[in-house]
Amino acid sequence: MILTLWIISLIVFFAGQILPGDPGRAILGPFAAKSSVQALDAQLGVNRPLLTRYVSWIGGLLHGNMGTSYSYRTAVEPFIRAALINSVKLALLAFVIVVPLGIIGGVIAALYAGRGVDRIISITGLSLATVPEFVSGIVLIVVFGVTLKVLPVTASAGAGAGDLNQFRHLILPAIPLVFVLFGYIARMARAGTIEALGSDYARTAVLKGLPRATVIRRHVLRNSLLPTITVIATQTGYLIGGLVVVETLFNYQGIGNLIFKAAQAKDFPMLEAGVLTIGVVYVLATLGADLLLIALNPRLRIGGGE
Amino acid sequence: MTDLTVDPGAPGDPRATPVGAVAVAAATVLAPPTRWRLLLRRPTFVVGAAIVLFWVVCAIFGHAIAPFSPLAQQLLNSNTAPSGSHWFGTDPLGRDVLSRVIVGARDILVITPLATVLGTILGTALGLAMGYLGGVVDLIAGRLVEAVLALPAVIIAFLFIVALGSSTVTLIIVIGFIFTPLIARTVRAAVLAERNLDYLSSARLLGENPVRIMFGEILPNVMPAILVEFTVRLGYAVFAVATLSFLGFGVQPPTPDWGSDIAANYSGLLAGYWWQTLFPALAIASLVTAVNLITDSIEQVLNA
Repeated sequence: MILTLWIISLIVFFAGQILPGDPGRAILGPFAAKSSVQALDAQLGVNRPLLTRYVSWIGGLLHGNMGTSYSYRTAVEPFIRAALINSVKLALLAFVIVVPLGIIGGVIAALYAGRGVDRIISITGLSLATVPEFVSGIVLIVVFGVTLKVLPVTASAGAGAGDLNQFRHLILPAIPLVFVLFGYIARMARAGTIEALGSDYARTAVLKGLPRATVIRRHVLRNSLLPTITVIATQTGYLIGGLVVVETLFNYQGIGNLIFKAAQAKDFPMLEAGVLTIGVVYVLATLGADLLLIALNPRLRIGGGE
Repeated sequence: MTDLTVDPGAPGDPRATPVGAVAVAAATVLAPPTRWRLLLRRPTFVVGAAIVLFWVVCAIFGHAIAPFSPLAQQLLNSNTAPSGSHWFGTDPLGRDVLSRVIVGARDILVITPLATVLGTILGTALGLAMGYLGGVVDLIAGRLVEAVLALPAVIIAFLFIVALGSSTVTLIIVIGFIFTPLIARTVRAAVLAERNLDYLSSARLLGENPVRIMFGEILPNVMPAILVEFTVRLGYAVFAVATLSFLGFGVQPPTPDWGSDIAANYSGLLAGYWWQTLFPALAIASLVTAVNLITDSIEQVLNA
């Protein structure tokens, strides 16, 4: 896990510090005087040797110092923190909608495996999963925001707006994320349920005369949903990629939008800090899923407890 | 992004396949006429293929088909709603949206297959090495794959595109490299399923060198899994390229392109100019769905 984070930091450093060549030139543009470019490079500390820069960057990160933004000339950290909180709100709403929906869809598909309902759910899920968020987002804006005028088309309700009002503004941006995630979750829930349905314990439960609904609820679902948890966690990484698009489309001040603006402005410290934050969030989510899985599945608790 | 159920069971063509020639190999996998016929009998495949073919024709002959020049501005005719003369309406510069949608197919249809082919070739080589050689190679490459998976593809892509500057070639290379670890993971899983089979032990005992075993013996047998992975990735490539264009890291205006046209005009949605964004959006959706219908059919036929 630490190793994964370290490799991510190398990738981010490589892309942000080595590839762009001369940051001073990148900021000031091709027509600036050579002397002012050099002065800015010295001020930013980018004329030092590569290894020194990497060590001081990592050292700063470990002390909670994420660097200084090129654009704002102040610490990056408050920007990242505020944006992350906004993104978490949006992501949570998407998860709250998609997790039950995906699981129900997958279980239904599994119960009717190979039949029409199953094919419809599978193909719909797969198609929705690969339609880019801005495409579904635009269709949603046209239908709900412009034609029906039932939902607001910007994600922020503005300062001082009530929680309920803010919530209403987040519904439309959350739906494209739901669309993309639905297919994955449904697919995993389907596979898990089909496996559990074919298991010995499910057969035993049927043979001892339990009603079908009870078999499914008590014996099949409990076992089939475990792998789904892992998938939900691994989709966190994707979700943040989706946030870049959705936050840009709906003009929401989240981490995706922050990274996007930093990339446009060639503000590499902000960009690196943002991408690294995403890596950390992903690794934590995966770790959390592993722990949850162990808590829910007694067979994974090797040598633990009584 | 997705976990494919790998199908090592489908017997591949026993004849050796030229290294890396994915397109040729894809044909070899489906070579028995029965499989082709099975595929052609599936309505989902036929519909998907027809839509893709339609866009390919647009990409090649776009300028000849389009009713107007996609770049011709008629400022007096800006923001007009769909009508008899402009079926899809006009944009803020008075350019014909239908013509821009038709010609805009070109770049995405050039970038996506090339990037996917690049990723598949590199990913297959890496996956074969990881699965067959195992040990240190597998360990080191495995960590790298994990790290790349932790970051959303779109974000890695634009991190590198911002640093390298945007061009068609950059897009192909960056997306190809991002796909490499993902494809390698699938190929590795397929190789592991083959690893302990008898034909490999005999090949080893005959003293064949590892490279020959990997590409001559294992590759033809994992080809079905690679083919499915290729088509799945093709769908994601369309997704990625469209998204990058939308974010302004892809094809640059005024060249017509679905993603960047949407980005340029979506502020007009609130003013009610829905046709400027909806039609390019539907074009992307149709291409993505078509690729998925093809993927799904191929998966079904290979698993049957």
